[in-house]
Amino acid sequence: MEKSTVFNNRLLPYLLLLPQLIITVVFFYWPASQAVWQSFLREDAFGLVSEFVGLENYTTLFAQPEYYKAMIVTVVFSTLVAGLSLSIALLFATQADKNLKAAGPYKTLLIWPYAVAPAVAGVLWFFMFQPSLGMLSRPLRGMGIDWNPLLNGNHAMALVVMAAVWKQISYNFLFFLAGLQSIPRSVIEAGAIDGARPMRRFWTIIFPLLSPTTFFLLVVNIVYVFFDTFGIIDAVTGGGPAGATTTLVYKVYADGRLGGDLGGSAAQSVVLMIIVIALTAIQFRYVERKVQY
Amino acid sequence: MANVTLRNVRKTYPGGFEAIKGIDFEVGDGQFCVLVGPSGCGKSTLLRMVAGLETITGGQIDIGGRVVNEVEPADRDIAMVFQNYALYPHMSVYNNMAYGLRNRGMAEAEIKTRVSEAARILELSTMLERKPRQLSGGQRQRVAMGRAIVRQPKAFLFDEPLSNLDAKLRIAMRVEIRKLQRRLSTTSIYVTHDQLEAMTLADILVVMNAGVVEQIGNPLDIYQKPATTFVASFIGAPPMNLMPLQSDELKSQLPASEAGILGIRPEDFVITNENVAGGVALGLTVEAIEKVGAETFVYGSRQNVAQGVAANPGDLPPGEVIVRVPGAVGPAIGERIRAVAARDKLHLFSADGRKRVEI
Amino acid sequence: MVEHRPLSDFIAYAILTLGILIVAFPVWLAFVASTHDAATVVGGHMPATPGSQALENYYRAVFVGGSRTSREPVANMLINSFVSAIGIALGKIFISILSAYAVVYFRFPFRKTAFWIIFITLMLPVEVRIYPTYKVVADLKMLDTYAGLVLPLIASATGTLLFRQFFMTVPDELLEASRIDGAGPFRFFKDTLLPLSVTTMAALFVIQFIYGWNQYLWPLLITTKDSMQTIVIGIKKMLVSQDELAEWQLAMATAVLAMLPPVAVVIFMQRLFVRGLVQTEK
Repeated sequence: MEKSTVFNNRLLPYLLLLPQLIITVVFFYWPASQAVWQSFLREDAFGLVSEFVGLENYTTLFAQPEYYKAMIVTVVFSTLVAGLSLSIALLFATQADKNLKAAGPYKTLLIWPYAVAPAVAGVLWFFMFQPSLGMLSRPLRGMGIDWNPLLNGNHAMALVVMAAVWKQISYNFLFFLAGLQSIPRSVIEAGAIDGARPMRRFWTIIFPLLSPTTFFLLVVNIVYVFFDTFGIIDAVTGGGPAGATTTLVYKVYADGRLGGDLGGSAAQSVVLMIIVIALTAIQFRYVERKVQY
Repeated sequence: MANVTLRNVRKTYPGGFEAIKGIDFEVGDGQFCVLVGPSGCGKSTLLRMVAGLETITGGQIDIGGRVVNEVEPADRDIAMVFQNYALYPHMSVYNNMAYGLRNRGMAEAEIKTRVSEAARILELSTMLERKPRQLSGGQRQRVAMGRAIVRQPKAFLFDEPLSNLDAKLRIAMRVEIRKLQRRLSTTSIYVTHDQLEAMTLADILVVMNAGVVEQIGNPLDIYQKPATTFVASFIGAPPMNLMPLQSDELKSQLPASEAGILGIRPEDFVITNENVAGGVALGLTVEAIEKVGAETFVYGSRQNVAQGVAANPGDLPPGEVIVRVPGAVGPAIGERIRAVAARDKLHLFSADGRKRVEI
Repeated sequence: MVEHRPLSDFIAYAILTLGILIVAFPVWLAFVASTHDAATVVGGHMPATPGSQALENYYRAVFVGGSRTSREPVANMLINSFVSAIGIALGKIFISILSAYAVVYFRFPFRKTAFWIIFITLMLPVEVRIYPTYKVVADLKMLDTYAGLVLPLIASATGTLLFRQFFMTVPDELLEASRIDGAGPFRFFKDTLLPLSVTTMAALFVIQFIYGWNQYLWPLLITTKDSMQTIVIGIKKMLVSQDELAEWQLAMATAVLAMLPPVAVVIFMQRLFVRGLVQTEK
């Protein structure tokens, strides 16, 4: 789609674009290409000499058990958070869609967690489940669970998952609700007249028609887990205990803090870049092509 | 027996708006009933109440002898054709038609038989695997009807199904619907705002206005003997000329009666200088002419009567009269003519327009 | 729901109310904790209702800072957060409306290339390129500055895409009428396009403000001085020992303060917020 009427100035458009292009080049392309370049180098211990080592950084990376662990953590984390937050959000959205009179206020009251910073969300949940003073730790202990996210990797993961799901529900809820409300009511009525009860209607008509939204949210949720959960993890567990909550992004950060392996850190960044590009590409290709009515 | 009976049906929305103010009528088994009226008169609401998509505030609706007030749409054994077809976008034409049957647990083999038969009648057999977005408007409409037919329900409900089609297609589909309904002999209720559709399709015509029924009957009876000025001006196009009985010209020609309004259809006028016993003659100055080929419509202003602006948009301005002349030859603009209507073509109504008065 | 089943409606209300309670619970608890004294909070038997220490806790948190480590008073951190959030929001609006204007309303060589250059930035959030970007910022001597906090985060294309989408819906006739009236690009932009874009700008502002306010990883990396911290990082640092000796009631007070501005924005500008969210994701 193009505008048919345009201005013909020669210099002006470039000037208009300049601010964004400068910022983009300086803070995006330059660092990104640096990262790619550095991933093929190795520095010596003093950071003085670099040599080109080809894909060696990558092979070393993929041979590290910690890297695989981080990958597994990231995958498990994504699956749990995406699965839980999508299901819960869908449940809320379907209830809110039922033409309830008070739906407006309910909607407002459900979407505000989007505004809470992930790090703050992490702090809140940590406060609730802190082993000794957390209000919800007591009932857990009462049930016989030796609740300690500071020591137990699974508990740490559970806590981080809960915080992430809590925050992500509102975003998913908004989009699911919009998706539900875009299904023409007459199609649902036709289903009712055709003898389908509410549950059957949901699975045979509503859910299939919601699939573009669901797919879109799935990709967004996965990207969210990959990146935006950094704040939660850092606030709650610092990646521990023993790497139990270290995702790929967190590993880049943590390894960089320790200093030293610039090449390896860059290689990790590049791998992440490739994953994101792949996810975004999938999203564009499949979501844009889906059912329109 | 699949007749549909409405007894004193009312609907009031929360907030107080009374959409349906007490409606009674019966549609016999196999009859085609049309609900016609302007936008907002409540006809769609009434249809949806029969379908179960709107609640009934008062009164009773029977389908096939069974009171269905509290029965859910799925259990009323009715089928509906929506204005925008409401096809399931993600299902093929075949599955759109099979869906209702599958919900009732019918065997696949029998589903196949019924769907194929319906597809054959509606000329959809080559399109069974397509999705709705690959079909034209007319084709989608037929799929919507196919979905209704395969269910073999007690009644068909049509909610302005032809409104979204272009004019030519509308006429063709109108005939198809009627033929189909005759063939299947299913009781049908059809909602439209188009009076021509109403006249051509109905066995029973129900003219509605603002939540009440103005008149029920056979289309021709309604056309020939409208019960109120609303029905008189709604049915028939161009609309009937309605003139208050105030001017000397009219009062001198009509016997004294309690009537307040005189109605004469454009097609009942003859332009002539002869006298017609007992009839009414109007002197008109021709203001405009419309030649449509087979007939000509003459817009004339009455002499000695005040001209003005129409009270409602769409009405004729007071003092203006339409006369239909067959053929393509008519008077010239500015010409003075004399339009005469015979006594048996006169319609008299009370001053408030709510009652028909016999001459 | 087509059928009228009161039980189903009741269940819906119940589920939604439960949802709201679950969603609100952690925040409620934080608020309660911020109103009690340290001993109650830490003792492990904090009640579920607010206490009476609210004023004192908030005063200490905002103006005094904690006593355990040399922490900044929250007031400073709030200011930092405000400046950086508003900077990011305004900065993004500024550069992207100009770029979108250039790309949509002008023809020039490399127009498409320029657009793609900007568009690709969508694909890589800052977390993927943290260390190289850090190096660039350090080299430019922008560590511990507002510029360093803001500039790298306005690089992405969401704003440009949003404005471009919007400009496409503006009828050509407006531009044609303007040109006939003798307006050049500046006048057209100032007198016609800008007023029309106000709601889009507001929607973008809301989303970007929240985004900027809630930034964590980037400010963490580039601020070394406590005085430049944002409030979101500040909270984490209060819990640095992750044990119950941290001053939880102050941390919770800080958390509440950290949540207030963005949440207020979402609640009071809900329509703009939803619109911005839905449009930027397309």
